[in-house]
Amino acid sequence: MKTGSIFKLTFWKAVAVIIIAAGLYSVVFRFSRGLGAATNLNDVFPWGLWIGFDILCGVGLAAGGFTICAVTHIFNIKKFEPLTRPSILTAFLGYLLVIFGLLADLGKPWNIWHAIIMWNTHSVMFEVAWCVMLYTTVLFLEFAPVILERFKLNKLLMIMRKVSIPIMMLGILLSTLHQSSLGSLFLIVPTKMHPLWYSPILPVYFYMSAIATGFAMVIFESYTSARAFNHGIKLNLLSSIAKITFVMLILTAAVRFIDLAILNKLNYLLISSSETYMFYLELFIGTVIPVYLLSQKKFRESRKWLYISALFVIGGFLLNRVNVSITSLTGSANYNYFPSVYEISITMMLVTVGMVAFKLITQNFPVFEELHEGESEESEAVHGREAILSE
Amino acid sequence: MVKQKGILYDSTLCVGCGECYNACKAQNKLAKTNSDPLRDHLSAETYTVVEQHDDKYTRRMCMHCQKPTCVSVCPVGAFTKTELGPVLYDADKCIGCRYCMQACPHRVPRYEWSKTNPRVRKCIMCYDKIKKGEGTACSEACPTGATLFGDLEDLKAEAKKRLKENPDTYYQHIYGLEEAGGSNVLILSSVPFEKLGFAANLPKEALPNYTARALEKIPGVVGVGGAFLTGMYWLTNRKNKIAKEKQQEGNK
Repeated sequence: MKTGSIFKLTFWKAVAVIIIAAGLYSVVFRFSRGLGAATNLNDVFPWGLWIGFDILCGVGLAAGGFTICAVTHIFNIKKFEPLTRPSILTAFLGYLLVIFGLLADLGKPWNIWHAIIMWNTHSVMFEVAWCVMLYTTVLFLEFAPVILERFKLNKLLMIMRKVSIPIMMLGILLSTLHQSSLGSLFLIVPTKMHPLWYSPILPVYFYMSAIATGFAMVIFESYTSARAFNHGIKLNLLSSIAKITFVMLILTAAVRFIDLAILNKLNYLLISSSETYMFYLELFIGTVIPVYLLSQKKFRESRKWLYISALFVIGGFLLNRVNVSITSLTGSANYNYFPSVYEISITMMLVTVGMVAFKLITQNFPVFEELHEGESEESEAVHGREAILSE
Repeated sequence: MVKQKGILYDSTLCVGCGECYNACKAQNKLAKTNSDPLRDHLSAETYTVVEQHDDKYTRRMCMHCQKPTCVSVCPVGAFTKTELGPVLYDADKCIGCRYCMQACPHRVPRYEWSKTNPRVRKCIMCYDKIKKGEGTACSEACPTGATLFGDLEDLKAEAKKRLKENPDTYYQHIYGLEEAGGSNVLILSSVPFEKLGFAANLPKEALPNYTARALEKIPGVVGVGGAFLTGMYWLTNRKNKIAKEKQQEGNK
């Protein structure tokens, strides 16, 4: 990358600048005029796009970080090592965006630190707050070696490598708690939520769907960044990841339908209502289509089709989270919520900033490095760590 | 032990005069929001409202649940259930996540949407007044005795007595006695409660139990999960090492 290239104006750069400028204006508007003026939220519908998309989807899409860490470092399937760094980076950026989304959504964001000293352990939101704080820290520590390598801080790097396994375990546990707790948030509204989405096992469902989507995110990132950087991510790695996604999608759907059957809710699938249609849409986009695609060997072994399958999994996941947090609650609130331009604009800004940050960091830090010239160095480092741990 | 206080609202005695609405506004220094009390709705400036449903009237206000959902969901403990019964809110603690509003089964908490430093607002059962042994502003203002303030147990007995003595007047249900774990506000009616706009599908179990069942599994998940991850790491690491050693021996 040439140093001057950052200032060269391209079409996508111009689009990004416009989105970010509009977003910043919306932020100023939001904080000078209040939530009422900036959002379409009201007393009967207090949570909207920022909770439903920025937070629920942001955390879910960061799931690639912990799933790949588990596969590579706990199950020790080392061939996936090249995918860990980009996944951890995405997760870290995802969590930072979640925090910024939360700051926009909270009525008194300057009090956010209260969760550290004012404890209410009965609150799922309290659990969520702590998971965000701790896991963002863990993600930073997981990504720290990349920064340390870049600046050749070898002493610190050795220390980081010694503690990397416990940190990753902590990260996996925190993710497990956090992904599921976002489902638990909605356990408290059994009478307000549409029966097709309410379930006592929402936390389990959230966790399972996050794992499936986490792997899909890994495929998505590998494809898009390989296209941008010509890093030849090995196709067989992505095909193996796709198999795990396939299994998780089927398991998740099975759990969901068994649950609907046990709770005698299958009849809701036959009722004609906008909720039922949204349920089917979510099911087809997120489960039926990708399950079919990934069941075919020819699609599993095509880079393009893997990418398309991953897009469907991610799309279905986004629909599910938006359905849980918005669609399922509109009926009982008797209010058809649609986000305001300010809500949409701030969300678009956060996503854009995330993508720009990903690009800049991958250009300037050894995120994909171990793929080519860094490969031997990385495997040496792995050996070194094993030697230390076995002592 | 302090005796819990409560409110009994008998909608069959209500004439829709709106005195409770006006008294509440005056007591809590709330801004005027509507010239007709019967046409208003709960908001950050309206803690109670009188609604007309055909020829029936009903009041709406915080139910002051026995096991309040708002107290349970607030991440920073901004809500408290007092010994006397009222559920209070502390704006200094609040971070503004609005989970209380999302979670409340009675849809009571309201928000200062137009403010840049917004608070949650709701009826506090005139806590400052009742602490001094007085009644609530709404009960003191009520000309027909439709809103009664008193010891919760006395009010429960009174409500049951009315249902028993006048079975033709009342729909045989005390709203608030068991809904979502019961509350300190009890409501009587001559018609089924959904006709007055009340949620008819509330479970008898207090809603905080629903999330407690998930939260209590956290220590188990951490314990079993931690052990599983450690065990898995040890096993697969060992397997890899043995495989590598074998390979090296083979190379020799």
